[in-house]
Amino acid sequence: MSAVRRSNEPLLDWPAEGVTRVPYRVFTEPEIYRLEEERIFRGPVWHFLCLEIEIPQPSDIRLASVGETPIVVTRDEKGAVNAMVNRCAHRGALVCLKERDRQKALTCAYHSWSYDLEGRLQSVAFRRGVRGKGGMPEDFDMTQHRLERLRVETFCGLVFGTFSAATPPIEAFLGPMTSGLIRRALGRPHRLLGMHSQMLHNNWKLYAENLRDSYHASLLHTFYTAFKINRVDMDGGMLLSEDGRHSVSYSKRATLQASEELEGMRSAQSASALEGPRLLDTFDEWPDGITHAIQAIFPTLGVQFTLNSIAIRFFTPRGLDETELFWIYLGREEDDPRQADMRAIQGNLTGAAGLVSLEDGCINEFVQRGTRGSPDEAAFVEMGGRAVASSDNSRATETGIRGFWQAYRELMGL
Amino acid sequence: MAVEPELRARIEDLLGALAAAIDDGEVERWPDFFTEDGFYQIIPREGYEAGHPLGIMTCAGRGMMRDRIAALRDANIYEPHAYCHLLAQPLLERAAEGDIAARTNFALYRTIQGRATELFAAGKYVDRIVEEGGELRLKSRHAVLESRRVDILIVLPI
Repeated sequence: MSAVRRSNEPLLDWPAEGVTRVPYRVFTEPEIYRLEEERIFRGPVWHFLCLEIEIPQPSDIRLASVGETPIVVTRDEKGAVNAMVNRCAHRGALVCLKERDRQKALTCAYHSWSYDLEGRLQSVAFRRGVRGKGGMPEDFDMTQHRLERLRVETFCGLVFGTFSAATPPIEAFLGPMTSGLIRRALGRPHRLLGMHSQMLHNNWKLYAENLRDSYHASLLHTFYTAFKINRVDMDGGMLLSEDGRHSVSYSKRATLQASEELEGMRSAQSASALEGPRLLDTFDEWPDGITHAIQAIFPTLGVQFTLNSIAIRFFTPRGLDETELFWIYLGREEDDPRQADMRAIQGNLTGAAGLVSLEDGCINEFVQRGTRGSPDEAAFVEMGGRAVASSDNSRATETGIRGFWQAYRELMGL
Repeated sequence: MAVEPELRARIEDLLGALAAAIDDGEVERWPDFFTEDGFYQIIPREGYEAGHPLGIMTCAGRGMMRDRIAALRDANIYEPHAYCHLLAQPLLERAAEGDIAARTNFALYRTIQGRATELFAAGKYVDRIVEEGGELRLKSRHAVLESRRVDILIVLPI
């Protein structure tokens, strides 16, 4: 345990090597976690809230969260999307209780304070008292009380919110590469095929690293390698946005040239034919030959396609060492039954029971447990060099992780 | 239409033996409880009720079930753990084409090595059971989970 810190001491001394080192204290220090709520989750960053298709009609309501703050997303009578903190302006109770709902107004169950779908206070029970007795003071002003509002923007059916007035517009925040790839995956009308979540017993940033880690995929996720879905020896790369905070790891399945380095690994052995080959039945929908792409969007969103499986990963802290990871699977409205079926079957590759992803459920916890008692030690992150820069032709790199920490340090002032 | 007591006893034996095979680490026997093209899916209740095609784990046919087993034996990485299924009495009904529709509530406890036993999942099996050459088999099974939230991961079938 660390000693009590004096107020003038820094929260931690980041090693002089910069983003090639990650001090383990960032995963275990309550004060850092508290500061993240303020500087990241309420900072100048867009946060994924939900999908537009979850609130298609006026009066549709969906609950979400930004960091640990509960959020309610609504579509109002005019068709606009709004997001507010799900906390009554009166005494702080949750105003909306159902994850999905349809209501004309948001009414707190505790004392019947009622808000419109933009979060403006519309009525207060017993405002004038009961039989002329009690009631709010004469100077009570309805306009001074409302649900705390977030700025909202939508992009390709994704609803984003931010608390900060300083956050640039969503497309500028994403940058051309990231927004272009989201458009490629989600630009056409889509529909929800399934959804679940996974509790990870680790700090949220370990999953943020994991999502950007193209180095581990061929080694930990042996199913990928054994069945030649995505391997480090296929053509591919790890590209970063200009500011380094978003990344995409991609590969082209048709370009496999088996490498000696990988063939010797545990992950490349055990290869045998599938007894249920339907798992890897695919149809051609990506004209550029890219068959696998995992986009990491700062701080807690992933958009991916693996073969024909299109999924959104979103994770949110549920405490210092608890993270909830959501898997949202999408198809396209225009899919024929055969295509829809392929997407559903390929859903087996990812998720909490994903043939190629289930290890991520425990691997980050292994780091959380492995570093327990070593807050002053640091991770070594030099695969692919020391820079925060795109790696055009190799995914044996940790550049995406360095990009995450660069953005994190800047926002956190660490 | 009611299911006669003798058939009910055979179905209860089938469901109990299936759960025991997984609990006892004999997951290789799991596909044999299904017909060759049998369907298996783990899906959260909210997705099941909304008619979502995609669950958490889906196997269409014994081949895909065997692939799952091969993966968990040879490829996947996870901490050693074991299941203990508790099954409620099945509700049975004769369905179309002589199939039997069964609904069986379950509680599933998981013990990860060195840790306490924890409730991992609860829900219901929604099964279609058929008789094939004198043997009862599952034509389909939906393991419908009450919660959409999975602790850590699922590698063994439920």
